[in-house]
Amino acid sequence: MLKIIDLHVSLENKEILKGVNLEIQANQVHALMGPNGSGKSTLSSVIAGKKEYKVTKGAIFFEKKNILDMSPESRAHLGIFLSFQDPVDIPGISVINFIITAVNSLRKAKKMEEITSVEILKKVRKYSKILGIDEKILYRSLNEGFSGGEKKRNEILQMSILNPKFIILDETDSGLDIDSLRVVSNLINAMRSIKNAILIITHYQRILEYVTPDYVHILDNGKIIKSGGKEIAFNLDKMGYECIRKEHKV
Amino acid sequence: MEKTSEYIYRLQCIAFDFFRKKGFPSSREEDWKYTDLKKILSKEYGFFLTEKQEDRSEDIKKNLFKNFDSYRIIFVNGVFHSSLSKIMDKNVFRLYDAFSSSRHQSIIEKFYAKIAPKKESFVALNTSFAKDGVYVYLPKKTLVKKPIEILYFFTSKINFPRNLIVLEEDSFVQIIERHQCLNKKNEALNNALNNSVTEIYASTNSKIKYLKIQDCPVKSSLMDNTFIVQKKNSSFSIHTFSIQGSLIRNNLHLSQNDEGVNSQLKGLSISLKEGIIDHHTFVDHRYPTCNSYELYKSIFSGKAKGVFNGKIVVSKKAKKINAFQKSVNILLSKESCINAKPQLEIFADDVKCSHGCTVGQLSESALFYLRSRGIPEKKAKDLMLLSFIKEILDDDMEFIGKIVRKNLNILE
Repeated sequence: MLKIIDLHVSLENKEILKGVNLEIQANQVHALMGPNGSGKSTLSSVIAGKKEYKVTKGAIFFEKKNILDMSPESRAHLGIFLSFQDPVDIPGISVINFIITAVNSLRKAKKMEEITSVEILKKVRKYSKILGIDEKILYRSLNEGFSGGEKKRNEILQMSILNPKFIILDETDSGLDIDSLRVVSNLINAMRSIKNAILIITHYQRILEYVTPDYVHILDNGKIIKSGGKEIAFNLDKMGYECIRKEHKV
Repeated sequence: MEKTSEYIYRLQCIAFDFFRKKGFPSSREEDWKYTDLKKILSKEYGFFLTEKQEDRSEDIKKNLFKNFDSYRIIFVNGVFHSSLSKIMDKNVFRLYDAFSSSRHQSIIEKFYAKIAPKKESFVALNTSFAKDGVYVYLPKKTLVKKPIEILYFFTSKINFPRNLIVLEEDSFVQIIERHQCLNKKNEALNNALNNSVTEIYASTNSKIKYLKIQDCPVKSSLMDNTFIVQKKNSSFSIHTFSIQGSLIRNNLHLSQNDEGVNSQLKGLSISLKEGIIDHHTFVDHRYPTCNSYELYKSIFSGKAKGVFNGKIVVSKKAKKINAFQKSVNILLSKESCINAKPQLEIFADDVKCSHGCTVGQLSESALFYLRSRGIPEKKAKDLMLLSFIKEILDDDMEFIGKIVRKNLNILE
């Protein structure tokens, strides 16, 4: 589904990603772990199409299409979804208005008929209830004054409504209490199917106890230094990144 | 006792005499530093031309708000348009009629050209030449149920609209004053200069809601001079929507002349091509326990330029007042600019005053967030502009929202 080949990315002339290779198939869950500043969020932003980052070398293919020249909205139309680590607040645009606009923008891109606000609202209410999102929040300005947990649950709400093919969860677990994490994880697991794939970016193995990854990758200093099964994540807590670096002579 | 018309004639002579000596302000004067009048004064406006009176009814109809219930009084290039005007309210008059009868003499003599300062060039020029306009007089405890629309349509020429609004105690009125170009398509034809003066007197416990819509094509200019005096516990709110124009200059002076007064000044300026939109506001806090709230927003693009000069003076006895002022600006192009200057002069203790100004572009990270959910770039920008203007457009101003969205090229 997603194939990243020798990706080099710079921000303001500083190279952040230094040759990342990653392949994710449908029906797989991958976890990407790594210390602060290793380039995890850069990778997620580049996949979603943030233009401040400059790709100096390499390619990203999504369902065999090179997506690097595509706008963020075109990537979303293909089914790529990024759950932001720290989504921006946008005063004056309500959560519900935003979701309605997004749903119908996606449908329009797929040449499907628009659906009514009432229908979307029904769906939004259903998932809000599951996520424990107060209905009042739906009518408040997007992310404005939201707590860390409210922001994350709002991202997952959007994920559930927009029903994307490829989901990147950028530190979705941080800021969530244990009960919320369980609810959020259930919804993420509900997205697992033969048509979907998920990339979880995290610092902790906590979320991986609920959403079991098929593969775990360690990103360090712009490169993936170790890939393997879920046991890597569980050993990481004991060993730390330094140990992996030594092991791979980085 | 002289007649009203003679009284007005005497005022005109004095005003013209002053203007002849003083002339137009120059950019050396602090208040005109960023707004050069040369460009608009060097044009030919056909001051003495008597235009052939065409029937503009069809054009006017196109510009009227749909399904909008109001009293309305229409002028086209300064000439009263009777067939589409609807003055059913006994408190609304043409200024021309008020000048020519003795019925309103005492009020005219008490307020006309008394609220506006005599020694300002554009005011003096207006007083010299104003022949017609709107006179609203509300006796005690008068509530005007429908809004009063004052419509100044123009196509060319130099026009001198003039309004006098006097509210006695416990009265209420909502007024919509519109300066609207009639044929926007033939912009080249519209070399118009409108020099408007409005005087407003709000007595004790009265309440006024005032909306100004200034929709000018790029070749036309509007000098809007508005002066408000507020008495005890009165409440006054004004929204000024300024769109395009070669030059739109608003001189808005508000004087709080007693205790417990509330004043709200909001403005939205939109200019996406060229020209200057200039707001000079002056809030004079002269008495204690009063509030003023001032919020001006603007969206500029192309080579458009904005000026915001917000002056607040808190005199020595104006204790326990609350004054807020903010100017928020979005520049969509590299060549657009804004000169913003807050001026606070506080001579009293125990007051709460704040001011702020921001200038920026549309947030890139917010745009990315919206687009990453599949919302196309144009739509995402529109959403952000709509959210930006929401603070100025109240819920009951949808009829203005349409004009604003159209001028921002936002599709419905």
